[in-house]
Amino acid sequence: MTRVEFWQGNVSVAYGAIAAGCRFFGGYPITPSSEIAEVMAEELPVYNGRFIQMEDEIAGIAATIGGAVAGYKSMTATSGPGFSLKQENLGLAYMAEIPIVVVDVMRGGPSTGLPTSIAQQDVMQARWGTHGDHATIAYAPSSVQECYEVTIKAFNMAERFRQPVLIMSDEVLGHMREKVIVPDNETLTIVDRKRPSCSPEEFIPYRPDPEDNLPPMASFGDGYRWHITGLTHNEWGFPTNCPEEIAKKTARLMDKVNAYRDEIVEYETENVEDADVIVVAYGSVARTALSAVRQARDKGLKVGYFRPVTLWPFPDRELESLAEKAGRLIVPELNFGQMVHEIERAVHGKAAMVQMSLVNGELFQPSEILEKIEEVAR
Amino acid sequence: MAVKLKDLITKERAMRQGHRMCPGCGAPTVVQQALLAVEQPVVVTAATGCLEVSTTIYPYNAWGVPFLHSAFENAGASVSGIEAAYVALKKKGKITKDIKFVAFGGDGGTYDIGLQALSGAAERGHDFTYICYNNQGYMNTGAQRSSATPKGADTSTAPAGKVIPGKIQKPKDLTVIMAAHHIPYVAQTTIHNPMEVIEKVKKAIETPGPAFVNVLAPCVLFWRLEPSLQRDICKLAVETRFWPVYEVIDGEWKLGYKPKKRVPVEEFLKPQGRFRHLLKGETGQAVIEALQKDVDEEWEYVLKRCGETWEPQA
Repeated sequence: MTRVEFWQGNVSVAYGAIAAGCRFFGGYPITPSSEIAEVMAEELPVYNGRFIQMEDEIAGIAATIGGAVAGYKSMTATSGPGFSLKQENLGLAYMAEIPIVVVDVMRGGPSTGLPTSIAQQDVMQARWGTHGDHATIAYAPSSVQECYEVTIKAFNMAERFRQPVLIMSDEVLGHMREKVIVPDNETLTIVDRKRPSCSPEEFIPYRPDPEDNLPPMASFGDGYRWHITGLTHNEWGFPTNCPEEIAKKTARLMDKVNAYRDEIVEYETENVEDADVIVVAYGSVARTALSAVRQARDKGLKVGYFRPVTLWPFPDRELESLAEKAGRLIVPELNFGQMVHEIERAVHGKAAMVQMSLVNGELFQPSEILEKIEEVAR
Repeated sequence: MAVKLKDLITKERAMRQGHRMCPGCGAPTVVQQALLAVEQPVVVTAATGCLEVSTTIYPYNAWGVPFLHSAFENAGASVSGIEAAYVALKKKGKITKDIKFVAFGGDGGTYDIGLQALSGAAERGHDFTYICYNNQGYMNTGAQRSSATPKGADTSTAPAGKVIPGKIQKPKDLTVIMAAHHIPYVAQTTIHNPMEVIEKVKKAIETPGPAFVNVLAPCVLFWRLEPSLQRDICKLAVETRFWPVYEVIDGEWKLGYKPKKRVPVEEFLKPQGRFRHLLKGETGQAVIEALQKDVDEEWEYVLKRCGETWEPQA
């Protein structure tokens, strides 16, 4: 049955994860993400799941990888400094193709930075933080309701594509309370990892099925032998120095997501059809941006709103055609310009870019964005 | 040379008034007492934690000495770098002063995420003193359990519920782990008597090489303790043998205090809200019994290592 809750974004992520079937959480406390661990600590035992608090950030993600390998849908959550510490194990999960969900509730950095203040400074780290090439799937929710929804999608994508999926939340969203309409579990689309259909003797752990280019995943204890390593490996999972095998493996890490890009990419628009100016914003900033866009419309300005829900893969083609018509984009971000460069790449010079940066631990005021709209639209 | 409290009253403090720690918090008491009797100039490093954040924010910075806030996990490594460069500069004659290096960390930053850096610093033999203000949890982030949290305590990530009575595991014995590094000075103590930390830390700092002092320091907010009971609860920790007070000097164990009577650990638990759920019902009683067993075993271990016997009054 549908029910209504009044939750913080962090709480919403935790319950979304449980609804998605998450039964393992490798925790480590860090502001402003700790509530996710706290809810999981309290709730997972009820579902015969397991919460363990680990001794540090690295152990938190490492245990989460372990939980996933043993067969549970697994998650960890962190913020800036912890996201930095988790990068190496994030790479292990990409390389070994382990489905996990990692939540980064963004706060100001670098270093300890601003533990209790909002920023959007980790969005490029989400894409390029760990060394080596890999495809990235990262969601940026902008409401407490959406925290619930994207967490379920994140698990579905992780399970389907066998790789880490990131939820780039932020301090305001994490701690803000809003109404959440919690759907009946029966109505949810839940994806579980593809299991091997062959006998254990025939199992080749990293050989993709020809129809979808994705390998099925066994769990430790299933009887299927699976050698897991962070070394570049062949289809049998064993380290290789063979150039053909190396090329094949690393290309597949990119291709397995890129091939399904259209099914992954999500975005939201408002008033873009006749817009001369489009404000492109994500996360909590999108709320401010939408408010400014609506105020501008009330003043008769032809302004549109574009919000990427997936930061990676970025809805580049979708934005490009809209940007070409509008000719001008305003990109407010709580950093000195990160996604703005991806947007610039996406539109291939077909629109003028107006960057807005705020790095003081606060959100933009709607009036600041409105002022910029008026300036640009003039 | 014996230290007299009255001689220290007028001494300039390394950490001064104006910080934002809670009334009753053990951490500033530990710092005040730790640095009070030190005669040499001191350089302080601190891991991320309540002490760091609550004593440094402008304009309430309480420190009168050079201060490096490291990340959460590496106070031990930061102090290693400072000390190593100091030794080299001193050798070249570019520094002539005799400077002492002190690192502070909470139990989260010491028992858990910072243990690797601390262990490395101890093994390399830097001349520094690491002081853990141990409030038995991640109190700066809202009372999550740590590996120093006692069995049975209610924390936000090991919550006491109908089925699970708070934290199930017993804490890691970090003092013994540090003693196993065979460093020249290790002590475990608390702030039950003002001379305790003053004297032990002075000794630690004056000992060449690595020194480690583990100080039980109440977090009144998340122990859910009446702030005025700071010292009383520390006394109870010692009287109930929940927190034995001892030193390990060059491998020699020395017991600091033997209670006259056998006081049940329940007396230490009673004033604290974090143990309230244990005081009623059979599950709670079983946890208290288990906790008492742990206390008795650890006490026996400490007695044995110190070559002592204990005959409490009936």
